[in-house]
Amino acid sequence: MRHIISVLLENEAGALSRVAGLFSARGYNIESLTVAPTDDPSLSRMTIVTSGSDEIVEQITKQLNKLIDVIKLLDMTAYPHIEREMALVKVRVPEAADREEVKRLADIFRARIIDVTHETYVIEITGEGSKLDAFLDALRSFPVLEVVRSGVMGIARGEVALQI
Amino acid sequence: MSETASSSTAITGAEIFCRSLQAEGVEVVFGYPGGAVLHIYDALYRQDQVSHVLTRHEQGAVHAAEGYAKSCDKPGVALVTSGPGATNAITGIADAYMDSVPLVVFSGQVPTSLIGNDAFQEVDTVGITRPCVKHNFLVKDVKDLASTIKKAFYVATTGRPGPVVVDIPKDVTAASCEFEYPESIRMRSYNPTSRGHTGQIRKAVDLILSAKQPMIYTGGGVILGKGSGALTEFTRKLGYPITNTLMGLGGYPASDKQYLGMLGMHGTYEANMAMHHADVLIAIGARFDDRVTGNIEKFCPHAKIVHVDVDPSSISKNVKVDVPIVGEVEPVLRELIKALGENGGKPDAEALATWWKQIEEWQAQDCLKYDQNSELIKPQYVVQKFWELTQGDAFVTSDVGQHQMWAAQFYRFDKPNRWINSGGLGTMGVGLPFAMGVQFAHPDATVGCITGEASIQMCIQELSTCFQYQLPLKILNLNNRYLGMVRQWQEFFYQGRYAMSYMDALPDFVKLAEAYGHVGIQVTQPGDVEGAIKEALAQKERLVFLDFITDQSENVYPMIPAGAGQNEMILV
Repeated sequence: MRHIISVLLENEAGALSRVAGLFSARGYNIESLTVAPTDDPSLSRMTIVTSGSDEIVEQITKQLNKLIDVIKLLDMTAYPHIEREMALVKVRVPEAADREEVKRLADIFRARIIDVTHETYVIEITGEGSKLDAFLDALRSFPVLEVVRSGVMGIARGEVALQI
Repeated sequence: MSETASSSTAITGAEIFCRSLQAEGVEVVFGYPGGAVLHIYDALYRQDQVSHVLTRHEQGAVHAAEGYAKSCDKPGVALVTSGPGATNAITGIADAYMDSVPLVVFSGQVPTSLIGNDAFQEVDTVGITRPCVKHNFLVKDVKDLASTIKKAFYVATTGRPGPVVVDIPKDVTAASCEFEYPESIRMRSYNPTSRGHTGQIRKAVDLILSAKQPMIYTGGGVILGKGSGALTEFTRKLGYPITNTLMGLGGYPASDKQYLGMLGMHGTYEANMAMHHADVLIAIGARFDDRVTGNIEKFCPHAKIVHVDVDPSSISKNVKVDVPIVGEVEPVLRELIKALGENGGKPDAEALATWWKQIEEWQAQDCLKYDQNSELIKPQYVVQKFWELTQGDAFVTSDVGQHQMWAAQFYRFDKPNRWINSGGLGTMGVGLPFAMGVQFAHPDATVGCITGEASIQMCIQELSTCFQYQLPLKILNLNNRYLGMVRQWQEFFYQGRYAMSYMDALPDFVKLAEAYGHVGIQVTQPGDVEGAIKEALAQKERLVFLDFITDQSENVYPMIPAGAGQNEMILV
């Protein structure tokens, strides 16, 4: 089963490789991993999307907690939560008709065109992974030059909060 | 070393290193100098509180620090230089990680300005050691040195202990700042649990008292957690049978009648059968290692399991348990004893009597029997004689292989911290440096190293260290001219194709011992075994290397073959 785990850890050199090393050393899956410092610059917040049986995910959370740099974590899967991912898509649109059609698709998906040249658009889209997949699928008939996906971020709904 | 310097005077990183070790009460550091640690060695030279033992290889230094730590209640400390010094230390660090040995290993590093430049003797020590340490640090600023050392000792010795590496660039040891050693340390990201959950303790007691066929299974956590006194009280109060893992030997007195011997691949028949038929299993400071469980699908099929461990990730890792208790072994056992009293219930005496009767039938198999009338020296006999002649009170280290299993089976440990071996990583070559570390911790004790002719050659250079420091170790070399355990598996599972397991071109161990300044004795006849051991023990001031030429065909029995269950042992 797919799990989304948020981790608060010390914002120190090497902390990311401790997490990445743990996953590779113990053979756990990583679907995506995003990390950035929080509003408290001594802390980083990481979101890991992984999959495995209940036993494996239990081990993953225990092993993460065992890392000295990890302060706290939350398996979001157990709570109502929101997931968001961002993608930046560069697509070639030399013809006016193409530009029209791509603009229309972007509007339908509530995506935004954030860079325009004579030949290309860069489109920004956020949402759940499945929405991003659907948008990329809709763009299939156009020459897509580049796709950058951020990986998933997550936050629990309501009172549940991962904080120290 | 500016021992008189007041705390307001700036001192160098190298001096801070020494002062921090002094503040931690470190008495001995095992190490080997080199370019990146020259400032540190100079500072060590100019003080006399922390002594330094020069080994002949960094691997020996780390293993000696492990032996020291395993035999007493203090962490081991090792000091190595950058690059090859650090890579040579890796085996020892990984060994300490697998067996949860509290260890602080300091490595020199190239100056911070050169890090990442492929400088001379540079390796990414923090990167290389990351998967085999409890934690590691790279100190980039001399101002962080004292607090990092404090953290290193704190992390290494608390919770589930383990090795911590502190990598110190050379310029950090030359730079100066004021020295202040923190009295205590708090880390928001590290708070090991010590006391067990009260509700879980009560649940455990209900389950324990409901047992008809109980079994207590304890491991190295009892030794590390200084829980053997509480374990003995707990076990005697219940009257239940108990077994120890390889790492847990001595956690419960082996001479006690409730003790069924070691369990696992080469454990006793009675211990493994009792595990298999148990209805309640009480696991304490043990981690359900594959050498213990055999085929996990067939492990303890009837048992409800209580598991006490300080490391939450050990619980339900290999085997799903019914009542987990996270906490340190000693306080949890004390709480369990208290809760047993408060519960008021008693073990089911009738069921227990029937259970013991069954166990006695298994014991009647006499699974550790071996040929007493052989013309050749039986390795088991050597260990048994050593046990008798030392009244079971020696510190015993071993290497890895058949001799390790015979040592574990035939030296019966009544006290914790007496049996020092490499259980998790299974590192050949540890026996001699382990023994050195033990002798430094216990200068007047008898320290025996039970080894084989293959293992001993993996750190043989340390005989030179033993001569320099006049360590009167007793080395019992069970010399069967084979990699015995490899040979045994080849005999059982590879139709006797002995690929690369014959130790050809062996040195003359007597001359070798003498070349290093020690006493060497070769023993070829069973009748001479006792006399040779007596002579070795009588030589109080000298290291004696006893080279026993043993029966080449002897195998370790009983045995659970790979993939089999605990009730499917091969007996003699």
